[in-house]
Formats: sequence, structure tokens, C-alpha cells
Amino acid sequence: MSELAELSKASKPTSITSGPETKQILRPMMGNEAIARGAWEAGVKVAAAYPGTPSTEIMENLAKYPAKDLHAEWSTNEKVALDVAIGGSFAGVRSLTSMKHVGLNVASDSLMSQTYIGVNGALVLVVCDDPGIHSSQNEQDTRYFGQLAMVPILEPTDAQEALDFTKLAFDLSEEFDTPVIVRSTTRLSHTRSLVQTGERVEAVGKGFLELPTKNVMIPGHARIRHRALLEREQKLQDYFETSELVRWEPGSEEVGVITLSTAYTYVKEVLPEASVLKLGVSYPLPEAKIRDFCASVKRVIVVEELEPMIENQLKVMGLSVEGKSLFPREGEFSTEVVREGFESAGLLPPTPKLELIDIQPMARPPLLCAGCPHTTAYMALRALNSRVSGDIGCYTLAAVEPLKAIDTSVAMGSSIANATGIALSGTETRPVVATIGDSTFLHAGIPPLINAVYNNANITVVLLDNHITAMTGGQDHPGTGRNLRGEVTHKVDYEALIKSIGVKWFRKIDSYNMGSVFQSLREATLYKGVAVIILDRPCVLDPVKLKGPAFQVKAENCTGCQACMNLGCPAISWSDELFEGHHKVKIDEAACIGCSLCAQVGSTNCIQPADSGQLQ
Amino acid sequence: MSDSSQIQTEASQPLTNLQPVKVPINVLVVGVGGQGVIMISKVLAALCQQQGFQVKQSEVHGMAKRGGSVFSHVRYGEQVYSPTIPVGQADVLVALEWAEGLRWLPYLKPETGIFIADTQQIVPPFACRDRKHGARSGYAKESVADISELISNCFAADAGQMAAELGNAKAANTLLLGMLSTALDFPADDWKQVIAQFVPPKTVDINMEAFTQGRGWVERYDPAVLKGGKGHGKGLTESHAPHEVQFELPVITEAWCKSCDICVKFCPERCLSLNENRIAELTKPELCTLCRICERLCPDFAISLNYKN
Repeated sequence: MSELAELSKASKPTSITSGPETKQILRPMMGNEAIARGAWEAGVKVAAAYPGTPSTEIMENLAKYPAKDLHAEWSTNEKVALDVAIGGSFAGVRSLTSMKHVGLNVASDSLMSQTYIGVNGALVLVVCDDPGIHSSQNEQDTRYFGQLAMVPILEPTDAQEALDFTKLAFDLSEEFDTPVIVRSTTRLSHTRSLVQTGERVEAVGKGFLELPTKNVMIPGHARIRHRALLEREQKLQDYFETSELVRWEPGSEEVGVITLSTAYTYVKEVLPEASVLKLGVSYPLPEAKIRDFCASVKRVIVVEELEPMIENQLKVMGLSVEGKSLFPREGEFSTEVVREGFESAGLLPPTPKLELIDIQPMARPPLLCAGCPHTTAYMALRALNSRVSGDIGCYTLAAVEPLKAIDTSVAMGSSIANATGIALSGTETRPVVATIGDSTFLHAGIPPLINAVYNNANITVVLLDNHITAMTGGQDHPGTGRNLRGEVTHKVDYEALIKSIGVKWFRKIDSYNMGSVFQSLREATLYKGVAVIILDRPCVLDPVKLKGPAFQVKAENCTGCQACMNLGCPAISWSDELFEGHHKVKIDEAACIGCSLCAQVGSTNCIQPADSGQLQ
Repeated sequence: MSDSSQIQTEASQPLTNLQPVKVPINVLVVGVGGQGVIMISKVLAALCQQQGFQVKQSEVHGMAKRGGSVFSHVRYGEQVYSPTIPVGQADVLVALEWAEGLRWLPYLKPETGIFIADTQQIVPPFACRDRKHGARSGYAKESVADISELISNCFAADAGQMAAELGNAKAANTLLLGMLSTALDFPADDWKQVIAQFVPPKTVDINMEAFTQGRGWVERYDPAVLKGGKGHGKGLTESHAPHEVQFELPVITEAWCKSCDICVKFCPERCLSLNENRIAELTKPELCTLCRICERLCPDFAISLNYKN
């Protein structure tokens, strides 16, 4: 321990607080917080987003700034959010939208035309990729989207750059008449580091600019704008040739590394003496500078997470570079991964095999919470032997044991239309059911429900209404009656909405009434046509952490059937007692919220409220 | 730049002039979602900043709240590049839950790494999935004594219990911070000052006490007490004698079944279903654990599990 203490003493810097420029306060900030700060400092006036890990905190943090500074909103989906931001830009104010990588798929329709239009007030899109798929359905690389839309992509490495680059993005957007993408990754978005903040510069609103040839994309206008787009690309490229966003860090002539984003930090740690060209931009590339860099070293290696986007551009330029022959195309990078790449390149000696302690305790996958109201639907659906199309949300966790009741999960809002296709295929013999959460339903579930009724599909739709966007940590949406700033607003009336679409079989029931859920699902699946069931109970975590009187297991009544364990409730586990060779169960009263579902599935009067001995 | 085939041969020798960067201190904090992993690492990060270090703290959100495995990397030093700690490079591993600590042990520096753990066990339903007779829990079997034999710097205490004795079980994390404080060279008063900013104002006193308690516990720690100590499993991990199976698979008397479906709905393993004549049938006998629920629930006595022989 003393050795470690000495080490920490030795590495304490002495000069960090000296110097006149360090008077301003350094604050620890998460990447997302810094992005929000950068946008605020840049004078953003309109900001809109739909929550999505790892991007959610950007809008949450923007909403912490006063309402007089900016309008910040949760939108119904990413396309709506982008269109709102585009509206802000049309109106001449600085605007921003933030989203996760797959959010850009939804918003891309608007982006592809908006890029032709350009901006009046600045337009910045912050897009957060998720290498390693910590909390997503895929690992797509946003940089290809930027290239497709011919939109410059800035690539910050740490929280300080996240702030600085976001700020700069607004200036670039207005200077070059282009939307700008700031690309983050999970690692950047969720890493806290010290940030030097500045003050807000209030941008003067320019007002709407009446320029039909620029603002209205009809073929005649679009043809002209496409040419302007190509010219813009060239101007941006020229700009990046001399921009500070591209940093040449001279080092060994033996090897030069071209890298960006968080990959840069691993390179600096593993191969500190290499020459490095740190790209703060991944499109369009400063070709002349890159050629100079490549000529200055004997060997060039590109280190980039996910796709060989830079590497391929360099190869098109005719440069001889290495990249994905050494580093993986999938997964998140780390010091280990980058070291391994340089080892296979022969630049580093092989790491001596460490004698690591390797104990593999049981897996601990994420679980539906104790008392999660989604549980009942999947208990019933599994018993009904249904074919279930799932959607995106916490309830996707019901795809694995013990609930194991979801057969498909594709993308936001896919469930209803997937079920429609399955039902209309004519090959499915089981009852076809779509399950979708409230926020996801409002995001992209309404058009497919209209479509299902329109095409007379024989499906049951279960709307799991837990009154919140739960998966991303409890954000409001149009069905909660509150907006991003917590102000009361109109609340969507699901029943009226669904009935107006033409749904004839509709029922709203309590998620915690297991019998009713079973019964209603059975009736709904027997109905020919579109049946909709709303299962209604608030999320146990948000907006209020629920806690009711706990239940307990009457050990003398427990037969170890473990039917209650099929709920997958984290409050229920084995006790030390056995009954006929099976573990009896116990309930962790601190974790139990008193939903009573386990008592409802227990068949031997084995689970009862904890504080009611007299009920026996 | 010369052509690549030539480079390959030239560069096949490792560059000898490359020096490692001055190594930052790595602290890995792990636990189960909702335990306070982020709070502990935030306190540490704030302290490191206050002491004039560059610091990076990296975590992953989203699944964290759902009772999954959670971790947070804290790195500090003169210059910190990578936000994450490589395998085998953690100077200190702080575990808020026993099995989570074991999961991340490979990240600890061999020989010198310090393991600080709460012996609290949070047993996930996943560890209780085996339905066979006499099945054992899948929870980690290693005891504190086992781990102390593997690593020289293992400090494991029931922090929750110790904090509860002080009067507030919620101060367990501060107690762990007290234990952590002995591994890093920051003055105790600076620790306390930072902790006071992070805990609810009303609980400052008890948290200060918990901090001191945790710090003192490590200083007084005597690994000898572990020698010959019992396994940590508290019965959960004890092996059970093989249980003799007394029953045969359920037998269904078709004539008595009235298709009520109760057995199908309530079978914990879902091994029953109604056949084309809507009569209950054991369609997945391999999943049956002989729990006898169907036998007990059948209103018509149509299902029975017979004793062997």
C-alpha cells in the first residue's frame, strides 16, 4: 500500500494551478454535459431530441439552463426533433438536435434534403454512436451517414473538446451554410473529465429569410443546390487543411498514426512516441495535410473505431496505409485492443502473459425491476403460446429467461407492422401479438397501427403503458402530460386515439391483475381483427420510486415449485431450506415493492403480505 | 512514404525508443445497478481534482438501473489519456457486492493490487435457475478466505452491517470510502470535506463516523482471523447431498380432464399444453422438475405423480 501511496505522491503535478489563464474554474463534466454546455455557450435557441442512450443527458442538461435562454424539448421522435431544429434554423436562430446513432436513421429523411437547403441560423446535430453495443440494437457508424449527406463531422476526444467542438460547430454551420454533425461515442458521452467553461454569447436572431430557391426543395431548386453542395464540400476541405481541429503531433519517423475520437487516447497511452495526426474531423478530410503527414513517416497506421471510414478514404487517395488489418471492425476499442493491434504490427513486443485471477461468477444480466408492470403481459403471452413481436424498451429483457416470451425485436415501432406481416403471411398458426411501450408507440407505433387496421390484420396489440420513457432513465413524453421542463401540458388520450383509428376491440386493464391480463389476452387473441389492450401501471422507478408494503414467503407453505421465480423478480431468490429436493424461496423485503404478482402466481397460499400474520 | 511490403520487413522489430507514459493511478469501482457505484467514483474524482490531478471517470448508463453489473473507471495522474483501465492494471478494486468484486479481479494488478470489498451478496434470479433436485445456487462459491489466499491485499468487510451498527445502513458506501482512503495518499480531512459535499446534509455526521470506522477497520485488519474461517456462502453455496428422486413424471387421466387449462397456465416450467382435443398433455417431459404443482392444482384429480416402485 505504501508503494502506491508514494506513486500517487510522486505524480502530483506542481504547476497546474499556476499561470494567468487558469483562473477560470475547471469543472468535472460528463461528455454529454460538456456538449450541452458548449451549445448553451454558443447561444443555442432551439433544442429538440428524443431520448436514447448514450445521448439522453445532452437534452436533460440543456433543460437545466433557463427557459429565457432557449427552448428545449422532448420531441415525439428523432425526425420530429430534427425538423423542429430545422424550423429554428429557418427562423434564423441557432438550433440543435441530439440523438443516438439509430435515431439518425429515423431523422435521416429530413437530413438528406436539409443538407441541400443549408442553414439560416446554425444547425448542429449531435449523434452518439455506441461501439460495443452497451445499450442499443446495432453498432452502426454515423460517419457514413455524414458522408452520405455531405455534412461535416466533428470528432471530439474528451469532454473539453466536446464543449469546444460543439461551440465551433455552430460557427462552422453558419460560415459554410451547412448542418454540422458532432459525433460522440458512449465512452466520450459517459466519461467525466475536467473542463474549462466559458460564458454564453447571445446570438442575434436573424429572422426568417425568404429565399424560395433555397428553402423549398423542388427539382428545379434541388439541382442548383446539389451543385452548391459540392462546392461547399471543397470549401470545407480547404478550411480543415489549416484548422486547429487537425493536430499534427510530431514524433518517431518510423511510424505515424492517424487517429481520432477516443481511439486517440488509447494510441497516446500505448504508443506515446509515434507521430500522430489527430483528426478532429472525419469528413471532409484535409487531404494535403494528410499527404504531408504520410510522407513524413515510414509507415502509416489508421486507428479508428468501427468502420474503416478514414482508411478507405486514404486508400482512395492512393496512400499506402494500414488499419483494419490490425484493428477490429466491431466492438469498442480499449488500451488492450489498440496495444494488440500495434503488437501484431510488430511495433510493440508481445505483452507478457499476466497471471490473472480468473473467477467467473454467474452472469448478472440486467433485469426487469422488482414489481415491473411489464412482467404480467409476458407471463400470460408465454402461457398462451403466442408469437410475439417485441419492440425497443426495458421490456426487450422479456426475450430472455425466465420470461422468454418475445420472438422478434427490430427497431423503434417495428412490433406492430412486424406482427401484421406475420399474421398476413398465412403461415403462422399461433396467435400473433405485438407488444410496445407507451413512448415507443408515440414515437413510431401509430402509423403501423393505422396500417394494421387498414389492411385488416388479425393481431393483438399490447400497449404497455408505464407512463414514462423508462429505458433511458425516466423521461416525459406526450403521454405523460408533462414536457421536458416538467411543465403540465396536454396528455395524449390513448383510448380516443386508438378508437379513432378504427380499432373495434379495445380494453384497458391493470397490469397487476394477473387473472384479468390472462383473460383479456385470451379474448383479444380470439378476436378476428386488430385488438388493442392497454396495460396500465406506472414504472416502479420513474418518475417516483415506488415502494409498498413488502410480501414474504410463508416457508411452511412453500413447496419449492418456484412458480414465482418465473417472474424473474430480482427480490425473489432461493432460501436455504429445501422441500422435496427443491429450494424454497425467500423475498428480499427491502427490494420488494409489494406488487403482489408472486402471491398471485403462487398456488399454495405461500406468499403473503409481510406484516399480516393474522391473514394466515 | 515508401511502399508497404518494404515497411513490413523494416518494422518487424519493435521500436526500442518508445517509453511508457507516466502511469496514472487506476481505481475500478464495481457493483450492482442502484448500489451507488457512481456516487463513490464521483467522490473520488472530485477529490483527485481538488488535489490538483487530471482525472477521468468513465461509466456506462442505460442498463445500470436494471440490476445489472455496473462499473466505473477512475484514473488520475499528471496526464490521463485513456478513460478506461486495462485488464491487470487496477491499483485498487472497490467492490460494493462480493460476486461483482470477484468478476472484476482480473483487472487488479497482480501482486500489488488492493481489493476492497463489501461482503454483501445480491443473489440474482439468474443464479437460481437450476430446477433439478438438489441443485446448487449459481452464486460465487469463493469465500473471503479463498480470495485472501489468492491475493495479498484483500480487505473484505460487511460494510452494510457495520454501517447499520452505526445507525444507518445507507452509510455503507462511505464506510467503503474510508477503507479506500487507506490505499490512496490523500489526507483524511480532505476526504471528509469532499464526502460532506456528496451526502445529504442531515447525514453528514453519521457519514463522517462511517468514514472513520472504515479507515480504522483497514488499519486494524488482521488477515489471521480468516484462517480456517468458514466459507462465505451463508448456506447458499453449500453443496447439498444428492437428493433421491421419489417420483415419476406426471400421469394425466384423459377422461377426467375438462380442458380448464389451469395446469398449463401454472406449470412453472411450461412443460404442459393442451393437445388438439384440448386435453392436457406433458409435451416437454425433459423440463419437468417433479414439483407437483399440476397435481395439487388440478380440480379434477386428473394429474398424479406416482411414487417410484
